[in-house]
Amino acid sequence: MSDLSPAFEISEPGGAKRVIGFAGDWVAGQRFPDPSELLGKSGATDKIELLYLDGANLGRWDTLFVSFIYRLSGEARAADIELDDSGLPEGARKLVELATAVSERHGVRKLEADTGWLAALGTATINTWKEVHGLLLFAGELTLGLSRLLRGKARFRGVDFGMALQHAGPQALPIVGLISVLVGMILAYVGALQLKAFGAELYIADLVALGMVREMGAMMTAIIMAGRTGAAYASQLGTMQVNEEIDALRTLGFSPIDFLVLPRMLALILMMPLLCLYADFLGILGGALVGALTLDISLLEYYVQARRAVGMDDIWAGIIKSAVFGVLVAAAGCMHGIQSGRSASAVGNAATSAVVTGIVFIVVADALLTIFYDLIGL
Amino acid sequence: MAYGDLVIQKDLDFVVERGDVFIIMGGSGCGKSTLLRHLVGLKRPAKGEILYDGVSYWDAAPGVQENIKRRFGMLYQSGALWSSLTLAENIALPLEAFTELGKSDIRDIVALKLALVGLAGFEDYYPAEISGGMAKRAGLARAIALDPDILFFDEPSAGLDPISAKLLDDLILELRDSMGATIVVVTHELASIFAIGSNSVFLDAETGTMIASGNPVQLRDHSDDPRVRRFLNRGEAALG
Repeated sequence: MSDLSPAFEISEPGGAKRVIGFAGDWVAGQRFPDPSELLGKSGATDKIELLYLDGANLGRWDTLFVSFIYRLSGEARAADIELDDSGLPEGARKLVELATAVSERHGVRKLEADTGWLAALGTATINTWKEVHGLLLFAGELTLGLSRLLRGKARFRGVDFGMALQHAGPQALPIVGLISVLVGMILAYVGALQLKAFGAELYIADLVALGMVREMGAMMTAIIMAGRTGAAYASQLGTMQVNEEIDALRTLGFSPIDFLVLPRMLALILMMPLLCLYADFLGILGGALVGALTLDISLLEYYVQARRAVGMDDIWAGIIKSAVFGVLVAAAGCMHGIQSGRSASAVGNAATSAVVTGIVFIVVADALLTIFYDLIGL
Repeated sequence: MAYGDLVIQKDLDFVVERGDVFIIMGGSGCGKSTLLRHLVGLKRPAKGEILYDGVSYWDAAPGVQENIKRRFGMLYQSGALWSSLTLAENIALPLEAFTELGKSDIRDIVALKLALVGLAGFEDYYPAEISGGMAKRAGLARAIALDPDILFFDEPSAGLDPISAKLLDDLILELRDSMGATIVVVTHELASIFAIGSNSVFLDAETGTMIASGNPVQLRDHSDDPRVRRFLNRGEAALG
């Protein structure tokens, strides 16, 4: 069947009645007239009271025709014109009837958002306040949870704690190990460039050992764990929020903080210093490899030099940092997870925010702690 | 149909005629939804074949499979709307991808489909901002976006109040009549089954196969199988 373009014909049988006769194929691919244009052509709108739609000559039609009639009926209603569609094909008539059966609820349509800079500033301020409020709320709940834990009243399952330990500890060893060795090697290469100029290659042992133990070991471990474990916490808790699992805990009288957050936080706080020590050791080993392979420093020389450079104080400085980072990474992950919205994209946002906040927290805390160590002479 | 070694249902053999409202029923856990997943091409049957107009889906070339699937509309149990898109974008996505329609036509169709399911004016809402029943109706609007030949429903009235459930049943019948669609419904809502079903298949979990098929009202009154009569009479002792 060849396509006939959609056409209509308006006739006036007299009085305030108009008849619109449809002809041709009203299907996708054709250009349709505008309903308001059609109403306009049928005479001065204020005179018409009844509009009869005649489909006797209508060819093929599809959803677009129904959509056209639906819009026409809307326009007609707005202009106070009664629409008689009994002449249309039954299928189309029924669909329009269905579509108009439930009229639009007043006020549901969303208004265009105000996009002025003042509105943007206001929204940003409100959002920032909400975030600060959420942070304070979480910190408060966490404190209460910790005090319950200390009094032995916190309720969580030992198995969960064990799983969290396993996930935050042994399972992180390969990635932490790989990154630490490489960071140690990078430090050694960077140092070697400078120290060679003075003939003081041996001092790369000091540089790598001190750099890893005081700074890079704790920092790199924390950043890996923010991306790995912090994000995992946020998405686990976020998905539990979506599935109403957190609500179910609350209904049963379990505190989600005790049940979900505490085991995860404790696990990470316990595991971070251990991971940090492991990272320190492997980083120093990485430096030793570079020294032995490219600078002719024997492993023994390197070991002796490194031992002399690093004291117990330095190791403690790194370990304290890593414990603090552990608190921050776990808190950022759990906070964003538990405050997540209830949709797939909200869980994604929670995981992203957990990693971003985690890393920002780590770097800021690192700077503050380094200044603090300097002040107390650690 | 099987998951690994676990056979869910076997020896299924039935025909859905054009224009049917075909009910897949049975007790919980008998494999109704699994059967539906097979029918829409999400899962491959462990044995046997599924024919659409005589074409075996799993033996067909990928392009043919795509064309078959293009004729399906599916309403998932809880709507399954894409949460990062507004309702309008949810419905517009298949239209943009699979039709040549212009932007304004798509906008008009989206408005019409939303109005059809009683959600006029909700274009710019995100799925998270509307209730479960509304999400289900919006899911239906998306399912009928491409005017499918076959509409699949997974538990359409679960979680809806009686009035909404009745309206949805009416809508299903209307859609069949006006769009000429074939409807396949998984449900165990007796009211729905009798109100809309023209043909059906009854799956049994214990024997792992279909134990009855035919018009549900006739099955209720005349089935030879006491299990079927019991189910369709709400567990009360069947008459006769």
